[in-house]
Amino acid sequence: MSIGTAVTEAPAPPEPEPAEEALRILPQRRLGQWTAAAVVLVLLALALTSVVRNKAFQWDVVADYFTSASVLRGLWLTLWLTAVVMALGFALGTLLAVFRLSGNPVLRAVSWGYVWLFRSIPILVQLLLWFNIGALYPRILGVRTVDLFGPVTVAIVGLTLHEAAYAAEVVRGGILSVDRGQIEAAQALGLSRLRRWRRIVLPQAMRSIVPPAGNMLIGTLKGTSIVSVIAVQDLLYSAQLIYHQTYQVIPLLMVATIWYTVVTSVLGVAQYSVEKHYARGSERTR
Amino acid sequence: MSVMVDIRSVHKSFGSLQVLKGIDLQVRSGQVTVVLGPSGSGKSTLLRTINHLEKVDRGAIHVDGTLVGYRRSGDRLRELPEREVLKQRTRIGFVFQNFHLFPHLTVLENIVEAPVSVQKRPRAEAEAAARRLLERVGLADKADAYPRRLSGGQQQRVAIARALALEPRLLLFDEPTSALDPELVGEVLDVIKDLARQGTTMIVVTHEIGFAREVADTVVFMDDGRIVEQGPPSEVLDRPRHERTRAFLSKVL
Ligand SMILES: Nc1ncnc2c1ncn2[C@@H]1O[C@H](COP(=O)(O)OP(=O)(O)O)[C@@H](O)[C@H]1O
Ligand SMILES: [Mg+2]
Repeated sequence: MSIGTAVTEAPAPPEPEPAEEALRILPQRRLGQWTAAAVVLVLLALALTSVVRNKAFQWDVVADYFTSASVLRGLWLTLWLTAVVMALGFALGTLLAVFRLSGNPVLRAVSWGYVWLFRSIPILVQLLLWFNIGALYPRILGVRTVDLFGPVTVAIVGLTLHEAAYAAEVVRGGILSVDRGQIEAAQALGLSRLRRWRRIVLPQAMRSIVPPAGNMLIGTLKGTSIVSVIAVQDLLYSAQLIYHQTYQVIPLLMVATIWYTVVTSVLGVAQYSVEKHYARGSERTR
Repeated sequence: MSVMVDIRSVHKSFGSLQVLKGIDLQVRSGQVTVVLGPSGSGKSTLLRTINHLEKVDRGAIHVDGTLVGYRRSGDRLRELPEREVLKQRTRIGFVFQNFHLFPHLTVLENIVEAPVSVQKRPRAEAEAAARRLLERVGLADKADAYPRRLSGGQQQRVAIARALALEPRLLLFDEPTSALDPELVGEVLDVIKDLARQGTTMIVVTHEIGFAREVADTVVFMDDGRIVEQGPPSEVLDRPRHERTRAFLSKVL
């Protein structure tokens, strides 16, 4: 058995190659994606273990306070304040949007001016101004202003006025997205102005209003935490009240964080089903 | 035969653009008037003034003996409050080129909306009437479909049923088949022909010369905001007297 024989051995006749159209098709190789995913997972695992193992988080304290009466009271205030501000803000915002799109130049100007003003003032500044309104008007209609404008009222008024400026733009965009022919068809059928708005324009506008409104709702939920500066006992302020006494700052901030996350997730699910409702009759439902 | 539509000296401008330059037109009850004319000649604008979707600058329009959109007050015409205009519109059906069905409402809801909310008819009664209308336009099985699921021809037939639901005295069609694929034009024209046979008074803006020849009692040719000529199809279509009519017909035929 010499090397020579191995070299000179005739190669086996090649198998006839199968035609390309008969071959199995494989997806692109995605080595990069797999590596990236692995790296990210490892980093996540490291972060998670450090969070869980870090004694300073004091998870037992978090658990203790998570459903404590004062935290739940704060959560409840945050929830209803958000609901009230959204409802009033969108009611006022819709009115402003209708003004802005009306044929009346005075109403258009007023609406434009409102949005300009309340989008310019930082919400914190606005809250402090309302909180100190008594300095400008000590009495309103014979009542002492400080009695009229308690912290919760200030929170509702300030947040609503702020919200309405943004809601007006969202609603206006939604209304503009409705084909002009829809209004003409409704007019040709003799539908009253109110009926045209309620039955024809707004339901169709909702399709473009709901996604940004959902963002605003979640933003407002978290944004209400700003009322802690005027001592309204919302979720954050309730947590703060506790840690001012116990000095367990981090665990109580964790309590608030987890609650905000939970509520935000629930709202996300709700938004999905509302979007589906208003997609009725459209080809694209997803 | 009584006059259903009486248009006298109607003028209309958009800014400095004069779109209607003095239109006079009478339509008798039970007759079909087809309006022809090049794009931009003012056909849609004229049709829209008849149900006051467009205000006029001068002139008067009577439908079924009633002045549309205005009230005489001394030596002037004062525009009516919207409520009254809306009431007048329920007696005039309008069918748009692009259907304008309400996409978020089912076919049945589209049709009963005005009878229920404007004419205050009981819903059950309005729905029964709507189903009869759907049968008449050949869409009895589509009552619960959403408009976007229908073909263009089907949508336009629903739009016709929706206009008929108010039992109008007059139907206005603005290029009802211009947005349709060619193979769907016939089904819509058939519905309109059927209405014509039953004596519905109609004004139809269209480019379908064959339809005009078959159905029209009167053909009106408009150009540049004026009525150039009008008469029975055998005259206007076959022996037009005006050069502009001839030029237009030679292009669309
Ligand atoms: N709302 C409007 N504003 C300004 N110009 C218009 C308006 N509606 C129609 N026009 C103009 O009026 C002219 C006639 O339009 P139209 O009545 O739609 O013609 P047609 O239906 O015969 O094509 C066109 O030049 C058009 O651009
Ligand atoms: Mg037109």
